[in-house]
Amino acid sequence: MDVDTEPIIRVDDLTVAYGDNVILEDVNFEVKPGEIFVILGGSGCGKSTLLKHMISLHEPAKGHIFIDGMDIVAAEGSERLEILRRIGVMYQQGALFGSMNLLDNICLVLEEFTDLSRDAMEMIALMKLNIVGLADAAHKMPSELSGGMKKRAAIARAMALDPKILFLDEPSAGLDPITSAQVDELILKLSENLTMTFVIVTHELPSIFTVADRVVMLDKNAKTIIATGKPDELRDKSDNPWVRQFFNRQADAETPES
Amino acid sequence: MASIDYQKLHEDQLTLVVTGRLDAETTGRLWSEAARKVTETKPKVLIVEAGGVEYCDGAGVALLLQLKHSQEESGGQIQIKGLRPQFEQLMVLFDPGRTDKSEQEDASLASSIENVGQLTFRLLQDVRLQVSFIGELSVKLVRALTHPGNLRWRDTLVIAEKSGANAVGITALLGFLIGLILAFQSTVAMRKFGAEIFVADLVTISLFRELGPLLTAFILASRSGSAFAAELGTMKINEEIDALTTMGLDPVRFLVVPRVIAAVLVMPLLTMFNNFFGLIGCGLVMISVGFAPAAVLNQIREAAFLGDLFGGLVKTLVFGTLIAGIGCLRGLQTGTGASAVGDSATRAVVSGIIAIVIADGVFAVVFFLLGI
Repeated sequence: MDVDTEPIIRVDDLTVAYGDNVILEDVNFEVKPGEIFVILGGSGCGKSTLLKHMISLHEPAKGHIFIDGMDIVAAEGSERLEILRRIGVMYQQGALFGSMNLLDNICLVLEEFTDLSRDAMEMIALMKLNIVGLADAAHKMPSELSGGMKKRAAIARAMALDPKILFLDEPSAGLDPITSAQVDELILKLSENLTMTFVIVTHELPSIFTVADRVVMLDKNAKTIIATGKPDELRDKSDNPWVRQFFNRQADAETPES
Repeated sequence: MASIDYQKLHEDQLTLVVTGRLDAETTGRLWSEAARKVTETKPKVLIVEAGGVEYCDGAGVALLLQLKHSQEESGGQIQIKGLRPQFEQLMVLFDPGRTDKSEQEDASLASSIENVGQLTFRLLQDVRLQVSFIGELSVKLVRALTHPGNLRWRDTLVIAEKSGANAVGITALLGFLIGLILAFQSTVAMRKFGAEIFVADLVTISLFRELGPLLTAFILASRSGSAFAAELGTMKINEEIDALTTMGLDPVRFLVVPRVIAAVLVMPLLTMFNNFFGLIGCGLVMISVGFAPAAVLNQIREAAFLGDLFGGLVKTLVFGTLIAGIGCLRGLQTGTGASAVGDSATRAVVSGIIAIVIADGVFAVVFFLLGI
């Protein structure tokens, strides 16, 4: 991994607001190719909102987001589709299509974006399920899966088109520690073998210390990034006491909602 | 771009030379080409010269794995030569192993018989569930009527407003139109016998005895039966029903009984509206063909027997119970997933309408035997 290369994601002066209610202001950061980049912060600080802007679900009030050199805020039509092909998203609840089995969930996107034969698509879908350890569940419906399996299946679906960047929204939320650790291992395995970039929104500390190369920390009151760096460094050396408290899981942190 | 060349050095050996970028765009074409060539020649040894592969994504790996699996399946051998180590690593990582398609595609006679068996079993299970639900509902309805203080009257009235008061407009409109159409069609036929004045008798009796209750029941089934199923179905998916149960609140008493009572209360009232506007529609047609309003009114008054009216209204009480009961049952039976709520709503309307028609048939026989 060459970390000196051009950033694969660049967020420039981003302001996010719902009407007059400003959620985040002047957010700036870059993600390097191959990095596992974590966005964290207390509840209600705008982590998921930031993610939704990065994947072009919402339009920012101000600023730009460059994905692989292309501005996803300004992109329209075929350029926007081209950007979307390069990213994969795993939603908090998996968002698997309940009326289709796992194989069809993955084949759907391949059907829309490629000219592959059905055999080829099924092979690719099986491969993706195999890498998340769910090849045996290919013909199961999402309702037959446990929470952890749903998340892994959602990761497999997000990888259908071999994206350069995977966005994961709370991959460990609601999972037991063992399943959560399995998801973390999967992220590390994918990152190591497929040289994908990961952007993960989470507030699960064990996950952050296991997977994150770098984190940005958002704050509800400051409405922007209050810390950037490696998790260990932030825990031990951050100038901001609240950041240190957050990483040390201290309950008397001064900022509310921590 | 990617390309594939073939070399057949001797009988049992085929060499595929793959070059270029193997990605989702190029692999589609190569896939069918390679598969065709391998099927045609059936080589014992397949050699894939992959030294010229510059890039290989999931689709490219899938192609190589597919060749590997199809060779293994047919008892042949495969050698992939010159593939860059990082792509080889991907092959190992992604390989799901051979999928046993024969097992999935074995939709033979045995599995069809199994399907019929399962379908029958599910049908019987459904009937059993409905019978036990009717039993449970009846007990709880009687209990609610004997202890009216325990009934959630506020909920009941809100539901009655939604299913009844809010449906007055559509019921009146449909009643009016049906009365109008029925009178118009019958006038054409009755004219042949010079008996147009008896159109009033025909419309009045059919509205009071059959059409009024049936039409209103169909409106209630499609408006409120489906709404009950969707509402309770969403509650089931959101685990609200489980929450009620664990709080010690019986879902049937808490959710179903108020809906059934509300439906039973509004059905006769809506039917009266339907009948009234149907008669207005009929009257308009008769006046327009030349009868005096007083003559039409008089004819309707003579044709309208209280027995017919009350017979019809008694039916509506049963229809209301069936619609609300079935709607709630389907809601409580909702499975998981977004489509489950839609399925429940559809099943509520379909089963509701079937149940109404069957009940109407039973009433027809009973009324005939009783001489009503």
